[in-house]
Amino acid sequence: MDKILETLQARFPFVSERASGDHPAVNVPAERLLEVAAVLRNELGFDVLTDLCGVDWDKDSPRFGVIYHFYHGVKKMYLRVATLAPNDAAPEVPSLSALWPSADWHEREAFDMVGIKFAGHPDLRRILMWDSYPYHPLRKEFPLAGIETPLPAADVAEATKATLIAAPMMGGPFHARTEEKHHMSDAEPRAADESWTEENPKPGAKG
Amino acid sequence: MLGTRGRGLSVQLPRWVRIGLVLSDSTGLARLRTLFLNPQHLAKMNSTIDYGYNSKVEGEIVISRADAVINWVRRHSVWPMPMGLACCAIELMAAGGARFDISRFGMEVMRFSPRQADCMIVAGTVTYKMAEAVRRIYEQMAAPKWVVAMGACASTGGMYRSYAVLQGVDRVVPVDVYISGCPPRPEALLDGMLLLQEKIRREPSARGLFTTRPHDPGVVGAKA
Repeated sequence: MDKILETLQARFPFVSERASGDHPAVNVPAERLLEVAAVLRNELGFDVLTDLCGVDWDKDSPRFGVIYHFYHGVKKMYLRVATLAPNDAAPEVPSLSALWPSADWHEREAFDMVGIKFAGHPDLRRILMWDSYPYHPLRKEFPLAGIETPLPAADVAEATKATLIAAPMMGGPFHARTEEKHHMSDAEPRAADESWTEENPKPGAKG
Repeated sequence: MLGTRGRGLSVQLPRWVRIGLVLSDSTGLARLRTLFLNPQHLAKMNSTIDYGYNSKVEGEIVISRADAVINWVRRHSVWPMPMGLACCAIELMAAGGARFDISRFGMEVMRFSPRQADCMIVAGTVTYKMAEAVRRIYEQMAAPKWVVAMGACASTGGMYRSYAVLQGVDRVVPVDVYISGCPPRPEALLDGMLLLQEKIRREPSARGLFTTRPHDPGVVGAKA
């Protein structure tokens, strides 16, 4: 068993171990993240940042966090590092894009989907949705189907009368049936409530 | 060849080249004559017996309806503009390859410029971010133009009931043929293109020739 956790805790007393089923994992406060990451890369040999994702923990405070996975090329092991953004209203975390260029687009995605800002990022703008999209879709309060929004290009919206609509969910997300024995033809994902569609909405209900 | 009752050329290609000519004689009966194109028969091609009309009798003039000629020309040279956005594009490429051969129908000329294409095949998931580009490309195509929605995502949004995926490309462009499948097999795409050919065959093209009526059947959800 590798001694990375002891090494880190000896070096940085503010680092605490994180419960984890697979890889060694630590919690790091956001303001010390850059120095820990620099030491991980330059001295301890974790030279590949394999994943960076923003999380909405849906707790009162602190609500937003970022989780990083670093890979050690020689020892062939992963290390998970989790931080929390201190401010819930304007979550912000230091950017790792100066140390690892691959962090650039992953941080843009975390900003786009969850709304976490990254201090020191060279070009922090939305990457999946368009720049003026008003919401952060992977936050917990954002509905699965989406919120009606006008499309960004005014002339296209005018010509087609199209808007970003809440996708017709037809009675709930589609689930494959798993409970009783059934044929493969019955197992295809179905809506929870098939009595209505976009063409024939339920009277009185939102389409 | 193009009689007033004839349907024109119909081309099927099994292993060897076989051309079927549907002819109508003076009694109005349609007869199928086949020519096998091998060297012995090629020599006989000059014979007037093997054609439907005798140039010595009828001269070099063929009389037909304008719609029949215009639609025949249009439907047998539909140049697609592949709006290949996702996995359906791979099946579109397969249809263009040798095994399924979209070239049999005159459609191998895949023009990626909308100015040079007849039919936009929307093959793949259209996100709201991309919908603007799809609409602009459609508007740059010259009439007559058609749109084929290939696959589940282009037809209705497919499996993506989400905030980011346009729930059917017919919300931004008028669609002529919908092809279901995820992805549709190349044979299904070719079947859809044959349906498009049928649709073009029935169009009243001559009516629109000398007027400025725009070719735009309308967009789902648009209020007039």
